[in-house]
Amino acid sequence: MLKYDVVVIGGGPAGLAAAIEAKENGVDSILVIERDRELGGILQQCIHNGFGLHIFKEELTGPEYAQRFIHKLKDMNIEYKLDTMVLDVNEEKIIHVINEKDGLMVLQGKAIVLAMGCRERTRGAVNIGGTRPAGVFTAGTAQRFVNMEGYMVGKKVVILGSGDIGLIMARRLTLEGAEVLAVAELMPYSGGLTRNIVQCLDDYNIPLLLSHTVIDIKGKDRVEEVVIAKVDEKRRPIPGTEKNFECDTLLLSVGLIPENELSKNAGIKIDPITSGPIVNEAMETNIEGIFACGNVVHVHDLVDFVTGESKRAGKNAAKYIKNQLKKQGKIIDTNPGQGIRYIVPHEIRLENIEEKLDLFMRVDGVYKNMDMVVSIGNKEIKRIKKKHLAPGEMESITLSKSDLSQDGVLTISLKKEEL
Amino acid sequence: MYDVAVIGAGITGTFIARELSRYDLKIALIERDTDVANETTKANSALVHAGYDATPNTLKAKLNSMGNPLFDQVCKELDVPFKRIGSLVLAFDEEDIESIKELYERGIQNKIPNLKILSKEEVLKIEPNINEEIKGALYAPTAGIVSPWELAVALAENAVDNGVKLKLDSKVTNINKIDDEYEIYMGKETLKTKYVINCTGVHADKINEMVGSKTFGIHPRRGQYNILDKSAGNFVNHTIFQAPNKLGKGVVVAPTVHGNLLVGPDAEDLDDRENKSTTNERIAFIRETARKTSKNIPFHETITSFSGLRAVPSTGDFIIEESKDAKGFINVAGIESPGLSASPAIAKYVVKILKGITDITENKDFNPVRKPFIRFMELSNEAKEEIIKKDPRYGKIICRCEMITEGEIVDVIHRNAGATTVDAIKRRARPGMGRCQGGFCGPRVMEILARELNIKITDVTKDSKKSYILTEPTKN
Repeated sequence: MLKYDVVVIGGGPAGLAAAIEAKENGVDSILVIERDRELGGILQQCIHNGFGLHIFKEELTGPEYAQRFIHKLKDMNIEYKLDTMVLDVNEEKIIHVINEKDGLMVLQGKAIVLAMGCRERTRGAVNIGGTRPAGVFTAGTAQRFVNMEGYMVGKKVVILGSGDIGLIMARRLTLEGAEVLAVAELMPYSGGLTRNIVQCLDDYNIPLLLSHTVIDIKGKDRVEEVVIAKVDEKRRPIPGTEKNFECDTLLLSVGLIPENELSKNAGIKIDPITSGPIVNEAMETNIEGIFACGNVVHVHDLVDFVTGESKRAGKNAAKYIKNQLKKQGKIIDTNPGQGIRYIVPHEIRLENIEEKLDLFMRVDGVYKNMDMVVSIGNKEIKRIKKKHLAPGEMESITLSKSDLSQDGVLTISLKKEEL
Repeated sequence: MYDVAVIGAGITGTFIARELSRYDLKIALIERDTDVANETTKANSALVHAGYDATPNTLKAKLNSMGNPLFDQVCKELDVPFKRIGSLVLAFDEEDIESIKELYERGIQNKIPNLKILSKEEVLKIEPNINEEIKGALYAPTAGIVSPWELAVALAENAVDNGVKLKLDSKVTNINKIDDEYEIYMGKETLKTKYVINCTGVHADKINEMVGSKTFGIHPRRGQYNILDKSAGNFVNHTIFQAPNKLGKGVVVAPTVHGNLLVGPDAEDLDDRENKSTTNERIAFIRETARKTSKNIPFHETITSFSGLRAVPSTGDFIIEESKDAKGFINVAGIESPGLSASPAIAKYVVKILKGITDITENKDFNPVRKPFIRFMELSNEAKEEIIKKDPRYGKIICRCEMITEGEIVDVIHRNAGATTVDAIKRRARPGMGRCQGGFCGPRVMEILARELNIKITDVTKDSKKSYILTEPTKN
């Protein structure tokens, strides 16, 4: 059995940042396991720019952003294996992996960092009726075909879902010569970043149909037509509002799901709202020494925040190995209140907070002029004014150690603005 | 000149072709699609019924009760997944109790072994997730689950191994009887044969009418299904039916042989024999109907839905006989439920009919065993290590959800009756059958297919000849 101090599962932005941070915090024996042919994860197919504004204060493309971390990882001589798949992980932190070269390997990490990212929701998961022709792609798969494999997926395209990948792909396919007829969105608001709606749809005159969905796919061999209908406030299609769009391709950008099959099999507890592991302030799961970060915990919209969160996981994995993570002391649970869907982390062990702690959350609808109120027990400890809040934009709140000195459960809620 | 042409490579046609390959016969297996098992065989409940349901003394009843016990051996010979998990028919009120008692009696008449009526407590003990309002259930331990398309693929492969000529992409446009021979027209190609076996599912009446008068009709009855993630695969341990009543037959909730959960089907009579669309209304209906079996079925874990067409005969029973108008032309028609369960017996029955028409001798070289299929994830750690050493392609996982290796994908391309499309690979080796539905592995599978078949990636298709996936290379 090969033993490492830290084994990082996943070589995307989360895994890279966690591994680098662990090394910078004094861990020498680290292995990064990546199932794809190269490091960098999904960033490698995101050739548009806009990455790194927070961390590097400049606009990088996905591959450029990834490359900065890949270079650093290589400079630091951190070991990694490509084309390598983890078959299972258990509580003893024993990992079975395979690849073509080494065959089946049994590894053990003193600590493990889960950084497997997420996958896309599919046609089947959202139950779109109709025939089963070729030409229905998830937006990410189409992005891979176009940007990495070098092939176009269609000529006349309808996109369902206005998440960021859907928006980015609307522009990308237009630039490659396809005609994007419309982007339909089930909700009355877009799930993507405002800047992407402006830069990817408005600039190319692609209509965004809010409160619309695809109700039927037609075509025997290849998609020939999709039927889009308006939906009511309960998201049910309204009869009589159907519109047919002649097209050869339907792209689905209907949500991302953290990939936690390995985590679940290892016995890690999952938050049903995020579909990711329940974590504490150290990004540690319910299994001691198994950490998680990035989109495997909750789906982010900016990679910069993935990097930040993953550095925290890497640093704490290093602390764990050195026995510096404290298990005793005061624990504060976090609880999403009115208007908040979830909060990461789920639990805060006060003893491990050095100066401050970032909390991440999403709201459950579109709001204007609200206060985000943080309270512990009955005591309000922080109030932040927000002009605009939307589920598509992750929110964060930084608390100082002294903010957390109260007793009770930490609740974050939205309240009508106090003037 | 062929001795026998079997038209239609679904479960019935492939079973018959393989059964006939035990004899010294020159056999053609003709299929209009690009793959075998591509119509009703790939879209049904995947159940091997115990056999209590069919009316006693019908062909359905006889061939179901004969077919069921044959599955163990054939699935072993062909290395196809099959599990005898047993079935339950749930009763929710007094009328239902009468209904399951009637099924029990019918089962006794059909000579189905070990049937038992269970009490509420006995049922809840073996099926803790089902609706507590049940009153009892009919238990049939011999019922099973199978992968029908893998079975048909394996039968086709084994038939070809034993000398059968498989002709894919060969739609029969007409058949002429000239003296004691038949000429089968398939677009560019014409094939001559002494005997014809018509196994064309929902099209069987049309094919029959190419050689004779209309003696029966077939109409399509669509059924729709949901498939749930493997995380829901243990929701029930048996195939669960609802007792048939005035409102209908209810829907089935069953584990699949691969560990998913299947819910369906409804029944909807159509005119269009090609309409295999799913509809949101019908899926909503099966979900609602399944709530009677259990209120907690985790439908949010649905990974896909599908529909299939049952070939409903105007006669009410299987039609398996030589045409009165055309000697040597055998119809195997109206093979609706329990067709899959009866299929091993149907094949033997057809051979018997053929033996009544002509003398046939045994093929001494017949080998019933198919080359085993290596399912990497089912191997022990030692065996995994060994196979990767022998063939490193087994060390490369292509499908992350189902954990399918490149070695398995390459294997199914190069076998007899091998895969030539993305869907054909999916049916044989399962990449794309999992929760991401091919999102991650699709590009890799296409690359392997293009490489192994030596074709351009833009020529790789999903299923039919015209189901192209990629259009052209991007600008530079």
